[in-house]
Amino acid sequence: MAAATAAPHKRNAIQQKKWMQMNTWCWSFVIMSLFFYVVFQGYPIFCSLWYSLHNWSGMTSNMTFIGLENYKNLLQDELFWGAFKNSFKYMFMAVPLQVSVSLVFAYLLNNEKLRCRTLYRVCLFLPVVITASIVGIVMVFIWSTQGIVDYVLVNVGILEKAVNFLGDAKWAMPTVVIISVWKDMGTYMLYWLAALQGVSKDVIEAATVDGASNRQIFFRVTLPIIAPTAGIILILCTINSLKVFDLIQTLTGGGPFYATNVIATFVYSTAFTSTMGLPRFGYASAAATLFGAVIILLGVVLNGIKSKLQAMQ
Amino acid sequence: MSNVAVTVPKDNKRKITIGEIITHIFLLCCSVVWLYPIVWTILSSFKPQKEFFKDRLSLIPDTFTFENYIRVWGKASFGTYFLNSVIVTVCSVLLVLIMTNMTGYVLGRYRFMGRGVLMGVFLSSICIPLVSTLIPVYQIVKSMGLMGTKLGLILSGAGGAHVVFLLLFSSYYSTIPRDLEDAAAIDGCGFLGTYLRVMLPLSSPINTTVIIMESVWTWNAFQLPLILTLNNPAARTLAVGLYAFKGENTVDWTGICAGGAIAMVPIIIIFIAFQKYFINGMAGAVKS
Repeated sequence: MAAATAAPHKRNAIQQKKWMQMNTWCWSFVIMSLFFYVVFQGYPIFCSLWYSLHNWSGMTSNMTFIGLENYKNLLQDELFWGAFKNSFKYMFMAVPLQVSVSLVFAYLLNNEKLRCRTLYRVCLFLPVVITASIVGIVMVFIWSTQGIVDYVLVNVGILEKAVNFLGDAKWAMPTVVIISVWKDMGTYMLYWLAALQGVSKDVIEAATVDGASNRQIFFRVTLPIIAPTAGIILILCTINSLKVFDLIQTLTGGGPFYATNVIATFVYSTAFTSTMGLPRFGYASAAATLFGAVIILLGVVLNGIKSKLQAMQ
Repeated sequence: MSNVAVTVPKDNKRKITIGEIITHIFLLCCSVVWLYPIVWTILSSFKPQKEFFKDRLSLIPDTFTFENYIRVWGKASFGTYFLNSVIVTVCSVLLVLIMTNMTGYVLGRYRFMGRGVLMGVFLSSICIPLVSTLIPVYQIVKSMGLMGTKLGLILSGAGGAHVVFLLLFSSYYSTIPRDLEDAAAIDGCGFLGTYLRVMLPLSSPINTTVIIMESVWTWNAFQLPLILTLNNPAARTLAVGLYAFKGENTVDWTGICAGGAIAMVPIIIIFIAFQKYFINGMAGAVKS
């Protein structure tokens, strides 16, 4: 009897030791990742919050605590609101285009009988792997009055006169959006393809046998099945379009006349260049923090909507 | 049987002809539009400056010249930028690979204390925009004394959570059968031994995916390298170098094209060679 009761107790001690060992090993495997995460992403978030409460140029160690002064000024800053609006303007223009164009291509390329589909996929995806900044620089020429876009549009008769697309405040934003669709569409196309490949062929076949047309199959059968992934794609696209920087900075630098100035370019020019007077780290941090909070909030809300919709189904 | 096999494809061919032709024409046109800027950049880089401005629309150069490359490689220090890009990319990718492989392994195979919290902390980073951490990262790198150095670029480039890679590794490791682990334990392998001798060698497909994806991302990174090399042009990568070059030489378009080609051709070659892994990784990212 004594042995029987002692044994589980002893096993427990061994298990306990083993469990502790396992935990130690696991955490030692995680520690490097955690370190890089904390130093370059976790801690900076709080730093940004801290900086935003100070009047600080960033050039010297001269920091004065001013409370919420930066935020107060920010809310009255037309340039900031302009950038804020432009970020959302860009999002509302880019997301529907990005998502729908990529879905069309994914739908066409999902046909297994289509010849050369790998080749088409590579062509359409290629801009994704090219540096955004280089795309931006090269596109400045292609979309200039000397470039091919104007040449084609004028000769076809769509435009009467060559337009400087990126230099014209009216055209700059739509042009940036079109270029970003060209650049990033491939990413979402692959996401859609992954979703479409998850739809079982039996379901489609059953619908075909029942006499459904291709269009009916797509809207009534395929789309509801891929809805959860569609939600993720929409959220990713929304968040990514709010983060845009590289393409805009190299295409227009936020101009002309701040027509394409988004939050990322606003923060960059406020903190690191002299285009808006002396660099202001504290002020730029406040803008970055405020906008970061908006994006995180938006992410949470969108995720909530997605889960709700899924629960309803 | 063989009769059926022969007739079915024939039938299919006849049925889809018109639709398929339209699809092909559409996709072909789109592919041309999608490739045009890339082809234009590469071909323009071989044109003499005079020819470039004389006939702005022709694609194929009348006279091929390497003069643009020689000019930007030496005088505009694209040689240095290229080397910087290679060094930064290789080191960052190695760091990220080691980190995410180890972390993904324990996240996928062990239910250790704090695993859920850790997972949540990593996952929440998807929403954090780079712009909110930009200024503090600049300060951190500055206070480490690494401003304008390659090490600063490498470390900050490897920073962050790399959620996609963590998920890829952890879901891959979680599918490896338990028997392998038990067998390793019987052979006397401890925690580290099991990982190094049994699990790590099995992870090579995911390793390839991570290497390719992270290489593309690091090679293409712009925002962080831009602010971290503001006061030291010698540490610039290609992406930043070309931007600076354009700022200084607005009219040297053939030079810009040559620089652009230097920056994009290596990554295009890597992508085409390993596209299967890249595409699998992207698909895995959205599924998980």
